[in-house]
Amino acid sequence: MTAVLCRHFGLKHIEVAEDIASDTFLKASEHWAVHGIPENPGAWLYVVAKNRAKDYLKRVWLHETKIRDQQTDVVQPEVSFEFNRQLLSDSQLAMIFAVCNPVNPDESQVCLALQILCGFSLEEIANAFLAKPETIKKRLYRARTNLRRDNFPIRELSETQVKQRLDTVLRTLYLLFNEGYFSKTSDKQIRMDLCSEATRLTMLMTENPLTNTPQTNALLALMCYQSSRLGARTNERGEPVLFEEQDKSQWDQSLIDRGNYYLVQATNSAVVSRYHLEAGIAYWHTTPTDQNKWHHILQLYNQLLIIEYSPIAALNRTFAFAKVYGKQAALPEAEKLKLENSNYYHELLGYLYADTDSEKAADHYRAAIKLSRSKAEKQVLRRRINALEQGAVPRGR
Amino acid sequence: MKEFALIFRLKDIADFKPTPEQMQERMNWLAGIASQNKLADKGNTLLPFEGSAKTVKPNRVVTDGAYTEIKEFISGYIVVKAESLDEAVEIAQANPIFDQVGGSVEVREVLRRD
Repeated sequence: MTAVLCRHFGLKHIEVAEDIASDTFLKASEHWAVHGIPENPGAWLYVVAKNRAKDYLKRVWLHETKIRDQQTDVVQPEVSFEFNRQLLSDSQLAMIFAVCNPVNPDESQVCLALQILCGFSLEEIANAFLAKPETIKKRLYRARTNLRRDNFPIRELSETQVKQRLDTVLRTLYLLFNEGYFSKTSDKQIRMDLCSEATRLTMLMTENPLTNTPQTNALLALMCYQSSRLGARTNERGEPVLFEEQDKSQWDQSLIDRGNYYLVQATNSAVVSRYHLEAGIAYWHTTPTDQNKWHHILQLYNQLLIIEYSPIAALNRTFAFAKVYGKQAALPEAEKLKLENSNYYHELLGYLYADTDSEKAADHYRAAIKLSRSKAEKQVLRRRINALEQGAVPRGR
Repeated sequence: MKEFALIFRLKDIADFKPTPEQMQERMNWLAGIASQNKLADKGNTLLPFEGSAKTVKPNRVVTDGAYTEIKEFISGYIVVKAESLDEAVEIAQANPIFDQVGGSVEVREVLRRD
């Protein structure tokens, strides 16, 4: 609703649009409580929003004409408001493009997306980021000021706009998903919400021919594959369950099938983006048995790193390297990474040393425990140290 | 951090097309550099074949194929990030190409213009 309203007001007046939207919902909750839910709640809401918007514009118009003489900058109140399904999805799409603006840093973009596109409250966003609401509030304020200055038109998207912003938009949606998937919070509900919101927005992009690109489909495939394991990734206490210990029967096959579908859609051109590679890796993780599974995964990580470096990709690539060429061969590769401040780096070295030098392995596990912020992870690592001390060979990562 | 171009030369056109295993080894080497965040530019492979390469010389003289000195020709390049020339050389020394087909890798610091 805010998106459709912004189409009229422009991003400059996003607060007005948001006020009208929330006002509408408030009125709905009062009215529906007394009179019951109307036959077509959507239409009801839009009629109210339309009237509120008209009232507002009339007031502004009166104010501007009477008090400040003639003003051209004001939206004329007689413009007709239309709310329909097509307009709604177009407006939402344009809104995504307006919000994902490269003037803002990554973190702010994700916060903005959560607030404006997903309707999350300040507290919910702060919870997801494990940050103080005050910090998030400041971040959002700055980001919104930047958006207003940019004043991206909320109209039907043009090809140039899509070309210019598509990368930023996909990146924001990717980060939004990851925020849920690798979230700092252990609240399962928040994590699920973030992932499904990111997926919803990406799916919206596949419905418009301009934004339905191979990259978009690859990203959506990645989200489907990852989501298929969401349920199995944490136990009932919200603690992470290691990949190799996950109950594969809990993986959601329908999501894996959807992932396959979108990955096929993504490969009908020669473009290979990082999303293609990551979706490919996720695909191989969902196939339980294939002799060359780790070969494929290593190749995909190789390509991914050559496109773009990230510490986590470097660590995962080395793990895949060990799976293909053995722990001994992977050790020098791992030590070259020099990511001493990462608990995953020490965890990897602990794993690689486990069979040959249990003392060194235990040292690395201890270093990982010190750096890790997750209770569950610390527990897993302590178990591994115990196993090392008892001379037993611990199970993989 | 400085940047260095690694320029690959091969002795024989027949060496240009690696086997899948050799390709995998080269990819592993390249990704190994990338996973240390030391790959500045993945560079390009340069096709040496007739029809893909000509050499232009003074007086509008054009010869077929890649420029060769004795028989060596440039097969490609990448750009790496390293603290020193020695570090860049160390990266080059680990290139599997020497065990595979020989050839040479020239290491050259990139001039930074401000």
